[in-house]
Amino acid sequence: MIRDPKDLPRYNAAERANHWVTGICFILLALSGLAFFHPAFYPLVQLFGGGAWARIIHPYLGVILGIAFVVMFFRFWQLNLINDADREWLTRVGEMIEGNDHNMPEQGKYNAGQKMVFWSMAVCVSALVISGLLMWRAYFNFPVGIVRLAAVVHAAAATIMILVAIVHVYAAIWTKGTIRAMWYGTVTRAWAKQHHRAWYRQMTGK
Amino acid sequence: MTNHWVDIKNADLILVMGGNPAEAHPCGFKWAIEAKKTRKAKLVVVDPRFNRTASVADFYAPLRSGSDIAFLGGVINYLIANDKIHKDYVKAYTNASFLVDPGFKFSDGLFSGYNEEKRSYDKGSWSYQLDKDGYAKIDESWQDPNCVWQLMKAHYARYTPEMVAKVCGTPKESFLKVCEYIAETAAPNKTMTSLYALGWTEHSVGSQNIRCMAMIQLLLGNMGMAGGGINALRGHSNVQGITDFALYAQQLPGYLAAPTDADKDIKSFLEKKTTKALRPGQMNFYQNFPKWYVSLQKAWWGDAATKDNGFAFDYMPKLAGASDVLSIFDQMYQGKINGFLCQGFNPLASVANKKKVSDALAKLKYMVVMDPLATDTSEFWKPYGEFNEVDPAKIPTEVFRLPTSLFAETAGSFTNSGRVILWRWKAAEPPGDAKDDTEIMATLFLKLKEMYAKDGGAFAEPIQKLTWAYRIPNKPSPEELMMEYNGKALADVVDPKDATKVLVKAGDQLPSFAMLRDDGTTTCGNWIYCGVWSQAGNNSARRDNSDPSGLGQTLNWGFAWPVNRRILYNRASADPSGKPWDPKRTVLRWTGKVWGGNDIPDMRPDAAPEENVMPFIMNPEGVARLFARDLMAEGPFPEHYEPFETPLEANPMHPQNPKAKSNPAARVYKGDMEAFGNAKDFPYVATTYRLTEHFHFWTKQSLVNAIMQPEHFVEIGEELAKEKGIAAGDRVKVRSNRGFIKAVAVVTKRIKAFDIDGKKVHTVGIPIHFGFKGATKPGFITNTLTPFVGDANTQTPEYKAFLVNIEKA
Amino acid sequence: MALQSLDIKQRSATTTPAPQARQTMEIAKLIDVSACIGCKACQVACMEWNDVREEVGHNVGVYDNPTDLTENAWTVMRFTEVEENNKLEWLIRKDGCMHCSDPGCLKSCPAPGAIIQYSNGVVDFHQENCIGCGYCVTGCPFNVPRISKKDNKAYKCTLCSDRLAVNQAPACVKACPTGAIEFGSKEDMKDYAGKRIADLKERGYDKAGLYDPPGVGGTHVMYVLHHADRPGLYAGLPENPSISPLVSLWKGATKPLATFALGLAALGSLFHYVIKGPNEVAREIEEEIEKEDAS
Repeated sequence: MIRDPKDLPRYNAAERANHWVTGICFILLALSGLAFFHPAFYPLVQLFGGGAWARIIHPYLGVILGIAFVVMFFRFWQLNLINDADREWLTRVGEMIEGNDHNMPEQGKYNAGQKMVFWSMAVCVSALVISGLLMWRAYFNFPVGIVRLAAVVHAAAATIMILVAIVHVYAAIWTKGTIRAMWYGTVTRAWAKQHHRAWYRQMTGK
Repeated sequence: MTNHWVDIKNADLILVMGGNPAEAHPCGFKWAIEAKKTRKAKLVVVDPRFNRTASVADFYAPLRSGSDIAFLGGVINYLIANDKIHKDYVKAYTNASFLVDPGFKFSDGLFSGYNEEKRSYDKGSWSYQLDKDGYAKIDESWQDPNCVWQLMKAHYARYTPEMVAKVCGTPKESFLKVCEYIAETAAPNKTMTSLYALGWTEHSVGSQNIRCMAMIQLLLGNMGMAGGGINALRGHSNVQGITDFALYAQQLPGYLAAPTDADKDIKSFLEKKTTKALRPGQMNFYQNFPKWYVSLQKAWWGDAATKDNGFAFDYMPKLAGASDVLSIFDQMYQGKINGFLCQGFNPLASVANKKKVSDALAKLKYMVVMDPLATDTSEFWKPYGEFNEVDPAKIPTEVFRLPTSLFAETAGSFTNSGRVILWRWKAAEPPGDAKDDTEIMATLFLKLKEMYAKDGGAFAEPIQKLTWAYRIPNKPSPEELMMEYNGKALADVVDPKDATKVLVKAGDQLPSFAMLRDDGTTTCGNWIYCGVWSQAGNNSARRDNSDPSGLGQTLNWGFAWPVNRRILYNRASADPSGKPWDPKRTVLRWTGKVWGGNDIPDMRPDAAPEENVMPFIMNPEGVARLFARDLMAEGPFPEHYEPFETPLEANPMHPQNPKAKSNPAARVYKGDMEAFGNAKDFPYVATTYRLTEHFHFWTKQSLVNAIMQPEHFVEIGEELAKEKGIAAGDRVKVRSNRGFIKAVAVVTKRIKAFDIDGKKVHTVGIPIHFGFKGATKPGFITNTLTPFVGDANTQTPEYKAFLVNIEKA
Repeated sequence: MALQSLDIKQRSATTTPAPQARQTMEIAKLIDVSACIGCKACQVACMEWNDVREEVGHNVGVYDNPTDLTENAWTVMRFTEVEENNKLEWLIRKDGCMHCSDPGCLKSCPAPGAIIQYSNGVVDFHQENCIGCGYCVTGCPFNVPRISKKDNKAYKCTLCSDRLAVNQAPACVKACPTGAIEFGSKEDMKDYAGKRIADLKERGYDKAGLYDPPGVGGTHVMYVLHHADRPGLYAGLPENPSISPLVSLWKGATKPLATFALGLAALGSLFHYVIKGPNEVAREIEEEIEKEDAS
């Protein structure tokens, strides 16, 4: 891909770093968490130096992710407020999945799908961090009833989080020209015009 | 124990009073549980506290600490009033029918002959009426007003259930319920076992507590029976052994009376100690006293003990006066003792009134502590903050500590509460420089002997001529010692009926004390242990637990003194005609020619029932004593006296007689009477006791025990706690007139306030075990609080009932 | 405490069955609370046999010490004073692992082989496989496992599996002076308990009974209780213990379902791509931009 000075800046360096800190933590958390979740995934602990290390590292990664996500949340939350166009986009999401975006309403920096990803991640991360802390035996010893509830919440939230992340990653892969926004911060004007026309207009004044 | 541990399983009723076996004897207590499981036995506990034993009991009744005789006297009254007596037994086997000297009186709490100044009795009138042959007169009809039965009946008629409730604080219904349980065992085929320990002995009326129960057991016909008896649960694993070997200085091994300064020669001494039968045809076993005594002299001084020198009677040390633990420490306190060999003993922690003991030790020139552990006593001079406030600069006592091996680090024997002598083998080497006690004592002895030989000295013979035939002179082996005290024949021992029949060959170990002779031809260091190491070998090492009796008699398991007999007075388990009272639990029966059954007969083996030889062979009467003659210090019948520190103004039995408030015959030293506290300043009854988790003052030094019970505590009832604003876990200060301790409060439902004649009396329970040395949290010594007064007969201190006050620390 | 001389019935975090050809006897430890005097000999025996030592603690106003189960105290006596109808009872219960037939700890454990159930019924922790997550604590209906602060491994009563493997009774059973702890086949223990219960009923404990809670499939440590109708009296022994529904949810259906969902999402994405192809910028728009740039 050729970088063009006229490409539109989508994320600055700090935002990208923030995203990747969160992303890396998430991947590691998902891998180690899955290892504890189902025996089928247990061999994943080898990535971390064994079961005990996976157990030790997991919650610290969770803390880092939590902090990174909070920062990211405050960077982006206003851009993710749902508006009427989003609601319409959501009613037509089936066309989008079909790959037919001709009739989709014009989108700002984020489309409604992305916004849904944002908010579901916000909810999941909150649930995961809180329930995770409740389960963190190295430091805390909460009443067993609460810990049991936390365990269920943690598992459920993690499942949703991973599902959302799959959607998030797939969407980035599926929509060509997207990933570079998180690599070096810019997207092509054509990409912006195609996928985020309102944002494109705002950026270019056209 | 008249019976033995395993025999508890044969009981129908287990009465625990004056003890807490689940707490202090958990291993032996298995037999109480066994009786419950297999015989449907009932377990009844009477105690100031609802204790661990009570937790598995069928019935619990509370009583104020120090009021046991009132309770037991009430039981006697109940049994007589309700005719719950094993009449045939009482008639045949007790002195109920004996006539007592008409001069014997009891009025207002005192028996005839009291001397207030000396605090003792002239016991002249405490005796039987004798006939011209010197035999006691009897009235088979029990009608004579001077017969024991009538006197006893009158004496205990005052102990009504109402009086019991008033003195003991036991609710009347609870008392009567206990009486009903007890009364059931008056049936010839029902037995009650009485389990007691220091909860009875550690009172100023300790011996009479036990006597009172002995009387009850006689009235019920439970002595000599399987599942019956009076069973003292001994504390230390070998305290029975040490008692058998002259724990008390006024006795020689085997409970032989020791001569005193007044005994000038062996002839008069033996005459004095040899009893005459008080009824015709009785065994009067003490007639053999000369055989036992002469054999002891021969064991100790061998060839130097000859007929001509009275078997070296002069070598035997003669007592000048009291030498019990309280008197020794009082003399030390008076500055009359220079040196103290403290062997396996931690008196700073275990003797009453720590301050007095500490002051006494500070008056010594030197003290040698022989112990496996660094005891509190060995550091009595060392400040441990408020736990032991002393000024070493003011204590001149030089202390030497000689480490000794622990029981598992040396071979030897233990004698358990059931009188069973069990050999034990060395399990480990002692650490460091620790040596066996015997080696230290032998080395010391040999050094003294050498010094006497070199330097001379007054009356060296007893030391120079002491028998010392050990293979390694400074290390007498436990085997050699046991063989020595078992005794051997110095010449052939022949049958007294047939001089041609040799019973024991010269040089052989003796099989039984029946072989002892008073002519110097036998040796025996402890007559009751004779037979433990016979020609057959070490009988205490036998480990055959086969039990054809089904009663747990196991006659081939170790060796029980005397002569391997497991149940004392077992002749009384059969009726006068020789048939067992309960054929299902036959201990002994007359086979037609000899006594047979499941035990060694406590009777001449061929004494046919028609000969009327009665079962209590050690008594010159041949029968058991409901009336104790002159053998107790404070009276022939137990009477309730208040503890020396009592919450009451007067003895409720004798409110008008201050002389009868506390034991009138108990010895009180100068200064100790003043150190008693009164109920105004110290309103609560304190009682001290042991916990399962610890053993005396040893195990506070052991990590595992310290983990189980880490810190000193006191127990109080919820009501008192509320009054004083004390919550469980608070630190409290407990004061008596002699000092204070601080500990953690355990607030419990298990200690209740007593209603004593309308007055509310609270109990404060104080475990011992803790001190300033050890793995447990540093603590105070409980005996800081206890009074320096003892039982009138044994001088065992009154650890179980005294007065304190308590407040939040 | 790894011990392969006992047959394994269940293994934590293992989805395939253990060898099942050999059938061994189910065992049980029976604690007769009515014969227990709270002497703590079992606690001492446990510490000594297993070579664990708790720290010397404090008295907190009760007889209990150590005051709770810890990684070094695998069994503790719990003393409760109960007073009803003017009758005082001092109930003393030996607390520790119940060795459930359906063990919540094993169900919760994520580490393969960290928790083992032997075919004799003993549930054992194999610390070398333990990762220290504490899920066993979360899963246990009796609040038994403890995580060591030193090594972050979970510890609890092993029922002396090492002794059982060489035909010795557990140390606590051996040490119990009153026979309040008996050990044998589960069947024999139930028979024996029946006799004890009959005896207790004769002594007026109408509600005496056996505590072998069916909610966890029965246990291999059972109690004879004088008040079997109210186990809660005994320092909060659970009335009707079972694995918490939350734990079942967490470790039950959700596991395969969620795994399936995740797989579906991943595969769905893949096939979506394969079927629909990438979502690329439309040629017209590219051209529009190129045109703009050219102009």
